[in-house]
Amino acid sequence: MATTLTSDKDLEDLIACPSCDALYHAAAPGHGERAVCARCHHVLIAPIEGAVLRIVALALTILILLGTAVFVPFLKIEAQGLSHSTSIVDAALSFSQAHMIGLSIVVLALIVFIPLARAMLLIYVLAPLMFHRLPLTGARMAFRWSEELRPWSMAEIFVLGVGVALVKVADLARVELGAAFWMFAALVIVTVLQDGFLCRWSVWKALDARTGKATSE
Amino acid sequence: MPVDAPVLTARKAGLVACTQCAGVWNVGQAKCPRCGAALESRDIHSLSRVWAWWFVGLLCYIPANLFPMLNTTFMMKTSGDTIVGGAVTLISHGAIPVALVILIASVAIPASKFVAVAYLALSVQFRWKTDHLKRMQLYEFVEFIGRWSMIDVFVVAVLSALVQLSVVVSIAPGPAAVTFAMSVVFTMLSARSFDSRLIWDSLDPQPDEDSLT
Repeated sequence: MATTLTSDKDLEDLIACPSCDALYHAAAPGHGERAVCARCHHVLIAPIEGAVLRIVALALTILILLGTAVFVPFLKIEAQGLSHSTSIVDAALSFSQAHMIGLSIVVLALIVFIPLARAMLLIYVLAPLMFHRLPLTGARMAFRWSEELRPWSMAEIFVLGVGVALVKVADLARVELGAAFWMFAALVIVTVLQDGFLCRWSVWKALDARTGKATSE
Repeated sequence: MPVDAPVLTARKAGLVACTQCAGVWNVGQAKCPRCGAALESRDIHSLSRVWAWWFVGLLCYIPANLFPMLNTTFMMKTSGDTIVGGAVTLISHGAIPVALVILIASVAIPASKFVAVAYLALSVQFRWKTDHLKRMQLYEFVEFIGRWSMIDVFVVAVLSALVQLSVVVSIAPGPAAVTFAMSVVFTMLSARSFDSRLIWDSLDPQPDEDSLT
């Protein structure tokens, strides 16, 4: 567990809670334990055994699911002999038909490009660690960006939005769910699992161990 | 450990902490040598950025509620639905749980987010002594929940892409979709600009004052 410091120690072993600035002496918690900030309860360290392998596997799954979902049928509507089918990209581009091209780009980024970028960045950072190799150039910056992008990756919110939309059209027409719909539903579970395995401190520690901790000098 | 007991912080120890990777460095270091993030013991411009994004977000939220999110053309007749109007229609069709999702995500969350962020910013500005842990949890909750407001924009996207049955019925996005999405993005930026370490600073004596206020 992390303990509060009272005397000066090497900076190397110190961590400060990002939420409240409390200073701790970092030590890997025991098996299945987490280190939590004593005063603000922010989770500081939560390592999971074999996490690197699992995160890379899940990131690959996200790449495949997202990469395919964009190209396969998403939803199809049928009513009174008329039918219309739509893809994920059509959904985002629907705003551009109403002169809201900016919003189309934002929606496309939130549900496709940012989740894709995050998955690629995580693979770039973690795959070499998985094979006990040296991190690739820029791995540190890549990991920082992947964490910065996290709140903007909204595939799971999109899925809930699809659910609400389906209820809205339920008494208007019959809707057929395409493969892309199920892929996005699977994506939600994969993303939640991945974020659960990801412990920032452990990744930074692993990057430091492979390259030697960066020093302020 | 009692929550309000003084704690050795990085700042008191003459160090500066990285909010990205939790690394600790000597004061004066401008960029985190480990992850490259900008280092700032306390982000002094944090509150001005919080308020700037907050006001822009609020400005966008007003038209988002007044103008239609959706324009439905049914048998040649076009009618607009605002956020609340759309939820009322859903209730009249008996889809109460879905109406609740929309009302919570598009009305309750954004509205309470404006209040919560303003309260947090004011509490730091005036060094209020209200429960630090509760304020911290409020902040984490706001950060976690804020992005879910985007759901209504996605509903509009899916509906207007899907419901295109020539003359019978078609749905197109209304002008509120843009302002609502902007409002969600700006309030997310507002909450993310807030330096939560400021909440805990009122536990320590102010650096340029002799006594606690």
